Amino acid sequence: MGPSEPASKASADRDKAFQTELVALIPHLRAFARTLCGNAAAADDLAQDTVLKAWDARETFAMGTNMKAWTFMILRNQFYSEKRRSWRQTQLDQEAAERTLVAVDDPESPVLLDELRLGLAMLPPEQREALILVGAGGFAYEEAAEICQCAVGTVKSRVSRARRALQGILESGQYRRDGSAAGQAMDTILADAERLSTIK
Amino acid sequence: MMIDRQTKPPRNSANLDETRLRQQAIGVKLRQMFDEVVNEPVPDEFLEILRRADERGGGGKGA
Repeated sequence: MGPSEPASKASADRDKAFQTELVALIPHLRAFARTLCGNAAAADDLAQDTVLKAWDARETFAMGTNMKAWTFMILRNQFYSEKRRSWRQTQLDQEAAERTLVAVDDPESPVLLDELRLGLAMLPPEQREALILVGAGGFAYEEAAEICQCAVGTVKSRVSRARRALQGILESGQYRRDGSAAGQAMDTILADAERLSTIK
Repeated sequence: MMIDRQTKPPRNSANLDETRLRQQAIGVKLRQMFDEVVNEPVPDEFLEILRRADERGGGGKGA
């Protein structure tokens, strides 16, 4: 094989490039983890595990391909494998929604919960993640399909069902147990959007 | 897509516009929620674990 010097130099350079790109993705991984976990501390644990896993698997990543989608896929897989370990899958959605609702009244809740988060928590998880990836993370349907390991058409239909359901939840005030302030969340969101678009 | 229905003001088109507006507003809010976290400073632990992993892996020094 000859001297190993050039090979290890190339490998070190590659590692460095990989690390630079990975570090730049950390804020996005944290944001995605936050939408899955709800709890900021648990989300950061998940994002840190993801960073480590990605680093350990760096040899399997083809530089120049989509590292963002690749790391999001790792994060998602990690999240679901942890969930499978600790809870019964069937009860998850209801429990997560309940916990989130309860957290509103908890002044020590580490996450600022608003109506949108509550509405999101009420969506089936596969719809929620599809909507977040496409609607908030800025992924194309094709990338989201890669991350969720499903067909592009499946992502499209999940996103569109999620959008309709979320609007319905926000308009009807279902996120409040007593049904108070129905429709108010939607009004607030509309007003916010208007304000933001005038700033732009 | 370009069917000319302008002559008849259908009751549905107002609803469709309203739905589109609301969906756009939800989209703005979703991105805002996500970007809020993206814009947070990254906790030191993240860089720390990479530094440790780097040393463990025998990669670059002091990186």
